[in-house]
Amino acid sequence: MENVTIKINGVEVSAPAGSTILEAARYAGIEIPTLCYLKDINEIGACRMCVVEVKGARSLVAACVYPINPGMEVLTNSPAVQQSRKKTLQLLLSNHDRSCLSCVRSGNCELQTLCKELGVDDDGYYDGYKPHYELDTSAAHMVRDNNKCILCRRCVAACEKCQSIAVIGANERGFKTSIGSAFEMGLGETSCVSCGQCIAVCPVGAIYEKDSTQEIFDAINDPDKFVAVQVAPAVRAALGEEFGYEMGTPVQGQMAAALRRLGFDKVFDTNFGADLTIMEEAHEFLDRVQNGGVLPMITSCSPGWIKFCEHYFPDMLDHLSSCKSPQQMFGATLKTYYAQKMGLDPKNIVSVSVMPCTAKKFEIGRDDQNAAGVPDVDIAITTRELARMIKKSGLDFRKLPEETFDDPLGEGTGAAVIFGATGGVMEAALRTAVETLTGETLQNVEFTEVRGVDGIKEATYPVAGMEVKVAVASGLANARELLNKVKAGEADYQFIEIMACPGGCVNGGGQPQVPSKIRNVTDIRAERAKALYSLDEGNPVRKSHENESIKKVYAEFYGEPGSHKAHEILHTSYVKRTIN
Amino acid sequence: MKSLEELNAIRDKMADLVGFRSEEKGVERKACQYERQVLVCAGTGCTSSGSLKIADALEAEIEKAGLKDKVCVIRTGCHGLCALGPVMIIYPEAAFYSKMELEHVPEIVAEHLVKGNVVTKYLYKETVTDEGIISMHETPFYKKQYRVALRNCGVIDPENIEEYIARDGYQALNKVLTSMTQKEVVDCVMASGLRGRGGGGFPTGKKWLFAMGGEPGTQKYVCCNADEGDPGAFMDRSVLEGDPHVVLEAMAIAGYVIGANQGYIYVRAEYPIAVQRLEIAIKQAEEYGMLGDNIFGTGFSFRIGLRLGAGAFVCGEETALMTSIEGNRGEPRPRPPFPAVKGLFAAPTILNNVETYANIPQIILRGADWFSAMGTEKSPGTKVFALGGKVNNVGLVEIPMGTTLREIVEEIGGGIPNGKKFKAAQTGGPSGGCIPASNFDVQIDYDNLIAIGSMMGSGGLIVLDEDDCMVDIAKFFLEFTVDESCGKCTPCRIGTRRLLEMLTKITEGKAELADLDKIKELCYHMKSSSLCALGQTASNPVLSTMKFFEDEYIAHVVDKKCPAGVCKSLLHYEIDEEKCIGCTLCAKNCPVGAITGEKKKPHTIDTSKCIKCGVCASKCKKSAIVKK
Amino acid sequence: MAQKATVPFTGTKEQEGELLKVIAELKDTKGALMPIMQKAQDIYGYLPIEVQKIISDNTGIPLEKIYGVATFYAQFALQPKGKFRISVCLGTACYVKGSGKIYEKLQEVLNLKEGECTPDGKFSLESCRCVGACGLAPVMMINDDVHGRLLPDDVEKILAQYN
Repeated sequence: MENVTIKINGVEVSAPAGSTILEAARYAGIEIPTLCYLKDINEIGACRMCVVEVKGARSLVAACVYPINPGMEVLTNSPAVQQSRKKTLQLLLSNHDRSCLSCVRSGNCELQTLCKELGVDDDGYYDGYKPHYELDTSAAHMVRDNNKCILCRRCVAACEKCQSIAVIGANERGFKTSIGSAFEMGLGETSCVSCGQCIAVCPVGAIYEKDSTQEIFDAINDPDKFVAVQVAPAVRAALGEEFGYEMGTPVQGQMAAALRRLGFDKVFDTNFGADLTIMEEAHEFLDRVQNGGVLPMITSCSPGWIKFCEHYFPDMLDHLSSCKSPQQMFGATLKTYYAQKMGLDPKNIVSVSVMPCTAKKFEIGRDDQNAAGVPDVDIAITTRELARMIKKSGLDFRKLPEETFDDPLGEGTGAAVIFGATGGVMEAALRTAVETLTGETLQNVEFTEVRGVDGIKEATYPVAGMEVKVAVASGLANARELLNKVKAGEADYQFIEIMACPGGCVNGGGQPQVPSKIRNVTDIRAERAKALYSLDEGNPVRKSHENESIKKVYAEFYGEPGSHKAHEILHTSYVKRTIN
Repeated sequence: MKSLEELNAIRDKMADLVGFRSEEKGVERKACQYERQVLVCAGTGCTSSGSLKIADALEAEIEKAGLKDKVCVIRTGCHGLCALGPVMIIYPEAAFYSKMELEHVPEIVAEHLVKGNVVTKYLYKETVTDEGIISMHETPFYKKQYRVALRNCGVIDPENIEEYIARDGYQALNKVLTSMTQKEVVDCVMASGLRGRGGGGFPTGKKWLFAMGGEPGTQKYVCCNADEGDPGAFMDRSVLEGDPHVVLEAMAIAGYVIGANQGYIYVRAEYPIAVQRLEIAIKQAEEYGMLGDNIFGTGFSFRIGLRLGAGAFVCGEETALMTSIEGNRGEPRPRPPFPAVKGLFAAPTILNNVETYANIPQIILRGADWFSAMGTEKSPGTKVFALGGKVNNVGLVEIPMGTTLREIVEEIGGGIPNGKKFKAAQTGGPSGGCIPASNFDVQIDYDNLIAIGSMMGSGGLIVLDEDDCMVDIAKFFLEFTVDESCGKCTPCRIGTRRLLEMLTKITEGKAELADLDKIKELCYHMKSSSLCALGQTASNPVLSTMKFFEDEYIAHVVDKKCPAGVCKSLLHYEIDEEKCIGCTLCAKNCPVGAITGEKKKPHTIDTSKCIKCGVCASKCKKSAIVKK
Repeated sequence: MAQKATVPFTGTKEQEGELLKVIAELKDTKGALMPIMQKAQDIYGYLPIEVQKIISDNTGIPLEKIYGVATFYAQFALQPKGKFRISVCLGTACYVKGSGKIYEKLQEVLNLKEGECTPDGKFSLESCRCVGACGLAPVMMINDDVHGRLLPDDVEKILAQYN
């Protein structure tokens, strides 16, 4: 693309035509502060943090949305600009609950950071009437605290644009504007799917997951409880960020060490559950293909996606694989097979999961997720909560040794670890399904067509004389688009993978929050996915059906994939829900 | 209708009927099929005071008197003098009856319509002179006016397209479609110097030019801003009620220029009469082939849809208006991209306000030079103002740009009622400012108003007298903007609220001098950093009153006094012992029992109980209770 | 800020049928939401959750988006209005001529605040910004009747005309 030359603070800068001032300034090494801006998602110029002076313009302009023109002269740091940013922050603070010390975001709050950087202190300069909002704690997975909301609307954009749900939005107008649901319903009463993408983008402490860390500490300290933990694949790709590692650094070994030091009786791996899922799901898929079942079959690992389908496509529930998610398969196996094997009473087992996901908090409470008569999983926490536990316990994460998971439920393959990235479940399933169908060993286990961050991916594979057409979607807006095509008969896929969060679990609603400053210039999805693919590559076992512990659990307990017992313990059912 | 000939045939057929109402001096009135025509104002102002009932009564009486074939009753748009409503004019005498009452109808019919004697006692008194009745156009209210945008208002029946055609309606559309290129039209509009009448004053021709070109067949839109939200302004409403076709014609012309086939009029739902007349006008224009496919057989097609606002002032801002038409919360979007590039439904769009459009057909027909000869060099043409507040002739006036405030208030407006002193004129509504008496002789145009800290706005002009407190006025407008801020950007959402709180502190006597600086600082912040014009101008009423009436602010802050006696917290009532006769009327009427005293002895007010409602002072027959 | 209607919903099948017809007519028009909501308010008098749900279910527009629009514009009502809707003009022209005092008087006489309705459903009170009858300032409207050139003492007399 053609370049345009402008002057920023007196220095000539060349940037591609169509760039905004904000983008052009980066070429000049100038970072303009932003609050509401999220690239491609929320470009509304509302917060006015990024204002700059443009020669000839009547007022200051928002750098995040203002396009550059040849010869334009911009001042990003003039006294007028500095003054304006300060006033904007003071105004925001005058309507913000400033109980920062007890705030979950203290330390990584974007408002706090800006105030610190721009020298705005907490002196209540513009203090006046502040409305009081009740906390919304109605949802299983999260809390909304409008007293801290700064109305940047990033959550609204994530909900509406990325996820095509729009259960939260701006209500009322002017000073009375607040973010909420229709008729101020609690989020739990709406068709919110619990994906947590709103949490991931909130710059302040206005939206956060329900914290279950104390429950875990209590369980660990209860001598009568056997506390076992499983960790989802995507967690190891992002947990390091909380401890200063570069994005995309896998920290599997230190993570296992940390969990052990936190006092869990057993440190297991959701990868085991993922491999189990592949066994069941590949079997179910082949069964549907060979016996005229409902196609396309759609994966069921992502609880946000499941809830979305139940609310918005209730007539397509028979497309969903009946397989429980890896988390639930793991939990069910823990409380049946493992409990039996170890002579434990399932009632005394506390099954904990660490997930990149907030919808998992909803999933553990679903019906038909209690194989042993008690919930398969008792407590699901996010990557962020785990980081909090580690910090609280005084563990120096960076100095921890690399350890391994416990046997037997700690064994996972390369196929399992890529579950955390969009396309990963599909690839893992193909590895097993193709070998099962052809009876031959795959020369190349990498199905690269389904990798990558595109919202919708398609591929066709010739397998044993038939064409297997697959599609992969991540982000519910993309899922909706794909499903509408299927519904309209415009697509003839046999197998579809859907993940609720854009990019899959690596970008889940429970992952470490990334400030917009970094988010806007980094593809979180791709960076974190790299960690998973490197773990896959480094794993000598890259196919689920070659997992020795999996083979054993079938031999000792489930029999065959799709057996009656497997169905009772590892499969589930869905309910039709309405839209609210 | 497919040709100019057909259009001209209608014009000629209607010429006598409509020409009968001519007020032009020295032009002899031609006879028409009726002996007399009665024009009753059916604009909102007169309708509110019962003009429709009067028109019905007139028709009944005329029928009774057997004059049905000799006298017709025409319901027109606004004549401008709303304070005198209901008004009506009877031709050929051009007798201007004002403040009509139902009881007067039989008498007027019997005397004027039957016998031919004008009933002078019911006429607008300014039209009755020693030499006989004069046309209302010769009264001080009308004399300095020049009607371009309002030329048909009060003259034609807005619900009859043929009356519009009789006044050269749709001739301009025919002209541009059959004999002018797009470029020629835009050049003409540009050369006329016409600037947007909605407030900003952006050159209309330039706006159109930006939206021209592009790939042929690109979907484009022409929008009309009829969301007149400025409280106290009703110019656009009057045009829509009195001459709706002029807007349709101008929009079609604009559509031709930029290559749009669809227009939208975004009109306030609070204007039911305007909406109804627009609906009728669109239907008639479609029936007559002035809207629809292949207009005048030229291949040009254009349709207009109506969209009703739902009560949000911010929707007068162009991007908010389009967001609203799209079916969303009316929140402004950042510009660029400008609407000419990416407007309604992301298509190139032009948006002009009603009054701007009302000028277009005349500019096309009479030429750019005719238009630019009026007004001032940088602001050619006329401007319609809604004159209100403390002025005798409340109503709608159209004056050439460059007329002074003094002429408007003293001559056209007839001065201030009750012998009070002029204090300021507020223009531009919540985005404007107050012009003090010291600027009484400033020539009103876009640039002069901005130079003195106000703005043209859409044309509300509210006169304030010595009883108005300028801090209270600033606060009044701030209350408005707090209510109407959309809440999207920080400076406006929170800034307006904080500013109002600080002003309230002043009116309550709780402010300190340092607060004045803090107020100014916040005003400038909102001005420089808000997303849209609403926020950028919201502080104008504060800044301009602080500039011109600083002493009043200081009196509130330092002396804790409200010089105009408006701010309740700063005033108290006292009973003048000399004057009080002890009639007990005040004590009986006091809602909180704050007044005590023995009969026939001077009473006293317990200021700790007094809620300063002023009832006692209004009841006292001896003027013994004074506000201090 | 509680927005749930306090009055039970009494919509009829006929009203719903009428609304569905409106939606069917307008559904494919660009930007149809506001015209649909305006028609719905004409049909029901206000826009309670039941009505907004019908719109949402039949247009596919999320309920929250409809609610966001409904609460943005002053003319959309979430509560039913009184049999007689009183609207006092607080526009500039009326304000400087004392409409604030008229409004206060009405609040006092009816014991209502902005947007409220008397318990018997007879009167509801709101303020508005300019009805365009500035020549008659100060002005209030009761349903479609305009009452102009008001004094606070006129209020009770005028209210007595409405039964």
